Amino acid sequence: MSAEQVTTRQATGAAAAVTWLDNLGYRLQRLPLHIVIIIFCAVWVVPTIGMILNSFRALPDMQAAGWWTTLFPPHGFTFASYQQVLAIEGVAPSIGYSVLITIPATVIQLAIATMGAYAFAWMKFPGRNLFFIVIVGLMVVPIQMTLIPVLQIFKFMHINGTIPAVWLAHSGYGLPFEVFLLRNYLGGLPREIFESAEVDGAGHAVRFLRIAVPMTLPAIASLVIFVFLGIWNDLLVALTFLGVSPFRPFTVVITGLVTSFGGGWQFLTAAAVLQMSLPLAVFIFLQRYFVRGVTAGSVKG
Amino acid sequence: VAGITPDQVITAVVAVVGVPLVLLGYIILGEQVIERIPDSVQSWIRPYFWALPAVGFATIFMVYPLIRTVFISFRNNADTDWIGWANYQYFFTFPDTLTSLRNSLLWLVFYTFFAVFFGLIIAILVDRVRYETLAKIAVFLPVPISAVAASIIWKFMFDYQPPGAPQTGTLNALLSVAHHDPVAWLVNSTTNNAALIFVGIWTATGFCMVIISASLKAISSEVLEAARIDGANEFQIVRLVVTPLLWPTITVVGTTMIINALKTFDIVYVMTNGAYNTDVIATQMFFQLQHNHNGRAAAVGVVLFLAIVPLLVVNIRRFQQQEEQR
Repeated sequence: MSAEQVTTRQATGAAAAVTWLDNLGYRLQRLPLHIVIIIFCAVWVVPTIGMILNSFRALPDMQAAGWWTTLFPPHGFTFASYQQVLAIEGVAPSIGYSVLITIPATVIQLAIATMGAYAFAWMKFPGRNLFFIVIVGLMVVPIQMTLIPVLQIFKFMHINGTIPAVWLAHSGYGLPFEVFLLRNYLGGLPREIFESAEVDGAGHAVRFLRIAVPMTLPAIASLVIFVFLGIWNDLLVALTFLGVSPFRPFTVVITGLVTSFGGGWQFLTAAAVLQMSLPLAVFIFLQRYFVRGVTAGSVKG
Repeated sequence: VAGITPDQVITAVVAVVGVPLVLLGYIILGEQVIERIPDSVQSWIRPYFWALPAVGFATIFMVYPLIRTVFISFRNNADTDWIGWANYQYFFTFPDTLTSLRNSLLWLVFYTFFAVFFGLIIAILVDRVRYETLAKIAVFLPVPISAVAASIIWKFMFDYQPPGAPQTGTLNALLSVAHHDPVAWLVNSTTNNAALIFVGIWTATGFCMVIISASLKAISSEVLEAARIDGANEFQIVRLVVTPLLWPTITVVGTTMIINALKTFDIVYVMTNGAYNTDVIATQMFFQLQHNHNGRAAAVGVVLFLAIVPLLVVNIRRFQQQEEQR
């Protein structure tokens, strides 16, 4: 082994040590970054996990020690809270009422919104811009501003406290945003398609049903998820129009139980888990559509 | 399921199938009629025919009630007489309603600031690590959860037992580890508004993060590279390059958060029911409505609306600018 070779080898050894040290230094420098991110993630996830774990515990256990004790054996998991919650009168039907409210309300408003959006996107008429500016404005109007007169309308029509009345209310409140969003999407479709269809003699009915609706399906799909979960999670509208009726949906019933139980409310965790399992499942399985819907809703408020 | 009558199920099914069918019939039959009338009238009448259902709904459930609420706010609770500004006078002088006004301002400032700030920080930080997607899912998780469920989640975090008893609430358990007396977060009037506002921030941060992150990805890496070559460190890049480029997005998200802050209802209603001075404008309005104080409730609604009007104007301006660019 010549002297020259030895120095080279030492040099590479030193260089490797330097890169290794550099690397370590870089990693150490980035350590605060990871720590901050992990703290944020923990604060945003742990409370939910804690409640889900609690929902599988017996009430005396919940009152004796926090949820973290279940992380170590004996876990003591049980479905007692679920049985207890579902046995309370009105809880099980309220889940059904939530479904009966949510699905028709979603279908009704999106059907009407799609048709209206087509008019705003592909027809010219006097007052179109003014109408549309009003719709943009209505998107942020607090529904509190409408509750009393809408209640009066429902009383006048003798449908106050019924499920169809809530379909109508939700549809009215949801429409401005949906018309806005679908009109922007429809307006972005290529003009040539509609023009060539017109040349071929297709009327507006055909252009709407055969071209506009199929091409808008991706936007409608995101909206369906967004609107559906919005109504499923709604409290204020349901509380106002169904608060004292026998058809209270799940959110209203849970809220009523939370505010009426002094001590021992802990078993209501089971109800909360049931209520949020549907939105979480939708989020997990339809993530792309869900996030797209939420992002599109950034202007809604 | 017990308690649900077959009638209700049938009505729902009829609505789900029937409403789209009725609209289909409306379109097809309507077009048949419209196509038979002279061209000049046709192009005039058709758009209104198409826009009618949507515009009609919006008019009945939003425009008309809006105007009517303004009227009601100047009338007595039984809606029999004009009483001038009395309902507003009540709102701006009665201690309970003033508390709700103060709390709404607290929500407006702190909820908006921290939701946007945390959203921005997280979006920028996770952009630099390999587990970005996972971290984003974690922070976004509360978004699909209803405010009702989120309130129950946080009731456990804030749970309070008297000193000496086992602390089952997560925060008070942490305090007891640090040999600190437990705090009644939701009852103590120095902590309860902060606690409620934090729950709001917790549910909104993921939303802000997703929107800000999307526009962060749109910033070209060449800009950042150029700043690095010029010798800027990471903090300078975030402060002087990234944040200014994100500013338009931050204002959009901020506007949405302000509107949400003013409309806040669910979290306060479920967690404290407005007790211990945690009332906000929206819960105050609901309580007035529950007590059949229609005039007062309407006045509270009008105040809430007036607070939102500037943002409404901003939104319309922004929309008009976007239209010019189309």
